[in-house]
Amino acid sequence: MSYIAKPSAHHPALPKNALGLTRRDYEGTMSTLCAGCGHDSITAALIEACFEMDLPAHRIAKVSGIGCSSKAPTYFLSRSHGFNSVHGRMPSISTGANLANRDLVYIGVSGDGDTASIGLGQFCHAVRRRVNMTYIVMNNGCYGLTKGQFSATNDKLSPSKKGEPNPFEAIDLCQMAIQLGAGFVARSFSGDKTQLIPLIKAAISYNGFAFLDVISPCVTFNNHPTSTKSYDYVRAHNMASENKLDYVEPKDEITVDYAEGASAAIALHDGSRLVLHKLDPQHDPRDADAAIMAIRGNSAKGQVATGLLYIAESQQDMHDILATDARPLNALPMAELCPGSKALEAINGRLR
Amino acid sequence: MSGINDFVVKFATVNGSGSASANGIFAKTLFRMGIPVSPKNIFPSNIQGLPTWYEVRVSEAGYLARRDGIDLMVAMNPQTFKEDLAEVVPGGWLLYDSTLPRLWPREDVTILGVPIAEMCAAKWQDTRQRQLFKNMVYVGALSALLDIDMDVLKGAVADQLKGKEKLVAANMDAVGLGRDYALKNFNCPLPIHLRHAEGAKGKILVSGNDAAGLGALYAGATVCAWYPITPSTSLAEAFERHAKRLRVTKDGRRLFGIVQAEDELAAIGVAIGGGWNGARAFTATSGPGISLMSEFLGLAYFAEVPVVLFNIQRGGPSTGMPTRTQQSDILSCAYASHGDTKHVLLFPANPTECFSMGAQAFDLAERLQTPVIVMSDLDIGMNDWVTEPFAWNDAHVHDRGKVLDAEQLEKFKDVRGRDWGRYQDVDEDAIPYRTLPGTHPTKGAFFTRGTSHDENARYTEDGVIHARVLDRIRRKFDTAQNFVPKPEVTIRDKSGKTGLIYFGATTPAVREALDALERDGVKVNALRIKAFPFTRDVASFCAMHERVFVVEQNRDAQMRSLLMTEAEVPGAKLIPALNYDGMPLTAAFVQGVVLKQLQPAKAAAE
Ligand SMILES: Cc1ncc(C[n+]2csc(CCOP(=O)(O)OP(=O)(O)O)c2C)c(N)n1
Ligand code: SF4
Ligand SMILES: [Mg+2]
Repeated sequence: MSYIAKPSAHHPALPKNALGLTRRDYEGTMSTLCAGCGHDSITAALIEACFEMDLPAHRIAKVSGIGCSSKAPTYFLSRSHGFNSVHGRMPSISTGANLANRDLVYIGVSGDGDTASIGLGQFCHAVRRRVNMTYIVMNNGCYGLTKGQFSATNDKLSPSKKGEPNPFEAIDLCQMAIQLGAGFVARSFSGDKTQLIPLIKAAISYNGFAFLDVISPCVTFNNHPTSTKSYDYVRAHNMASENKLDYVEPKDEITVDYAEGASAAIALHDGSRLVLHKLDPQHDPRDADAAIMAIRGNSAKGQVATGLLYIAESQQDMHDILATDARPLNALPMAELCPGSKALEAINGRLR
Repeated sequence: MSGINDFVVKFATVNGSGSASANGIFAKTLFRMGIPVSPKNIFPSNIQGLPTWYEVRVSEAGYLARRDGIDLMVAMNPQTFKEDLAEVVPGGWLLYDSTLPRLWPREDVTILGVPIAEMCAAKWQDTRQRQLFKNMVYVGALSALLDIDMDVLKGAVADQLKGKEKLVAANMDAVGLGRDYALKNFNCPLPIHLRHAEGAKGKILVSGNDAAGLGALYAGATVCAWYPITPSTSLAEAFERHAKRLRVTKDGRRLFGIVQAEDELAAIGVAIGGGWNGARAFTATSGPGISLMSEFLGLAYFAEVPVVLFNIQRGGPSTGMPTRTQQSDILSCAYASHGDTKHVLLFPANPTECFSMGAQAFDLAERLQTPVIVMSDLDIGMNDWVTEPFAWNDAHVHDRGKVLDAEQLEKFKDVRGRDWGRYQDVDEDAIPYRTLPGTHPTKGAFFTRGTSHDENARYTEDGVIHARVLDRIRRKFDTAQNFVPKPEVTIRDKSGKTGLIYFGATTPAVREALDALERDGVKVNALRIKAFPFTRDVASFCAMHERVFVVEQNRDAQMRSLLMTEAEVPGAKLIPALNYDGMPLTAAFVQGVVLKQLQPAKAAAE
């Protein structure tokens, strides 16, 4: 089927945000994914996060690769430009787009196949370059769109629908992202929107490379109870309570009181703050080594560490590193870009 | 046939020995004496220790193609003595380091032994200096043998070593050693020698990659992504060098962003991302990179994203001959990527055109909303050419194509009489209107995709719509004909039945060959292709002639195929003239092919 538009009539009583927009204004076209697909829940969380943050949708650019997950940007933010590129290459498109205009918010959406296999190289290098973006992997442990083959993030020995165990080691994208220098690394679950929405908000507010690995069950191919990427399994083994986080809008006061020593507030670039609480004493998310230990420790016990895993309180992004102008490169007037005939005469002179 | 200001000198050295700078000084000196020269670097794909050659043709008449038959060989590499000696024409000369004297088994070549290593050992203590200055000693010997203007030579040395005055003096000492030895021991100058001339006056000496990097800068490119590969590397490096000088604000902020990507897939991806977002963006690569970029080129074609790609062609297939030249990516670029695709190609013939076409490529890409590939090659890209100075018209308005700002979006319906849709052919030129992310709060957003889409950029699996969109994109190619550079036609005989089509780096060889043929009474009309799509002139040129030679540097006559398919020229008419040994083309080759066809008896006798 082709494209399914949503009715655009709005209920007058729908709540509005500071921009006078309703949630509907942040939606996209009707999803064509399977009913119950985790990706749709992440889409809903993204809509909610952008609505609540009062983001002007047209200042957001959505970029994706190929896969069921990469289709998702069509289903949110229809007022944003989107670019559904080629398989595994979302990072390079995002890098170029960001280079051209540093002032937009970039939301990259990818799948575990898109990122951990065909696009693994591009993923690593986008992290290294610290592209200022939110990079979301909708991680279902399989290739949904090509009908359920194991992906590289699927846990070793986790069985397929037919019961065959996956013989290969899993790639843990969060660990990789931390090692490669991502400034913000979190893992979440499509079924836990109370955790997911603040994480998305924090990731968008973060200045630098923010990585979100969201376990997102594929109900059609990889949701049998024995699969480690199924709703049942993740619900039973989610260690979300280990570190919880509140996202506090720039305009809001921090009102909740936290027990001494059990909370930490982190100020973000745009004036918003993150309040971390119920921290596992073993795990301060500002410590990269501790973060990796927490991921590995949980994983060894068959558990999934979710929440904010790592944050560098500030990060130099690609533009800082490249020393580019504060103005977007795509907005510079030609008069400043083209040196003109006089400078060319001087160059000719040097070549004589 | 050789004589004053008309000969070929070849330097046979070892790469990594520091000869490149001495050879460059030699060529620059001749150029500054006003003499047209064409230095060609023939180098290995290696960093140190393998044979490398530098051929300098001197031609007061301005024939700057490579020419076979070496008049004077500077044989500094024992590994290649045998083949170097064999290349010298009867009656020619060979200069070598006679510190270890040897016998040269040819009576018809005059051997000029200069004890270079011995002189350097006596003059310098440091082994590195002893090695490096050897190169300037042979330049010194040549200065006497060829009667080089010493003031000009000194100026060239000083320029090369700007800011290192001590080194200038030491280099000139080395020149003096060689010069004095030659004056004392040989009959100087040789019958082949130099004199001041006019042919190179007013011109510049520059490589095509340097020029193309500068062209991108003048075009206003701000996003560059690339992955190192010979022979395209120096293009991105030139862009960076020029940009660091000319594109930095007073407070040190850069008005450009360069990404050395992780591979060519990422390089073109970054460029496409930049182009999609309204920056002028480009990448540069060569054969293997073109293969890797092909999926993305199809996306940019189908989603109609402007992007510029410089292809500095080298010897293929596969890794092929990375340091040799070819024109063998014509078909793979014209139709790069799967499905029905077709790309705009530009064919610069010299560094001056690398600059102008390099800049024009960005106007075309944005006007046509499609990838534009500049088809240079190793010969143009990496060798220094004596060429017309760069020119820029300050009145030129960069053509940013059909991009709507917020106000234009709001008024679109009033002005154009219909709603905006990303892929609507409003002006019936097959070029739709673009919008950039961030332009308007409620208007102009759309989804860019490589999956099939309708005129409003919505996903579709409707075959009728799919075909309709593909047809429009094809029609864009007709529009492109009005924008691309027209071919250059040279008519030597109005009623002539023979034509010749050529393009790119073979230009000097073709001109020289056609002049020589004309002197022998064979007049051949010629057309130089500058762009694909071909304009109508190409088809009518072919229609005017009974037979048309197509000169190109590949095995499979790729341009001929393109002419047959795209200009519908009957194949029987098109006679292939193919060279693919990786060396720059010679006039003799072109003459040979033409004569063999037109005067088979005479050609056989020769
Ligand atoms: C170059 C290329 N190879 C293969 C494919 C086929 N393909 C489409 S989606 C996909 C895998 C998607 O998996 P994932 O990224 O995990 O997304 P999901 O569908 O699971 O959300 C593959 C292999 C393609 N589109 N392009
Ligand atoms: S196949 Fe799996 S991943 Fe794809 S839409 Fe269906 S449930 Fe989601
Ligand atoms: Mg998947």
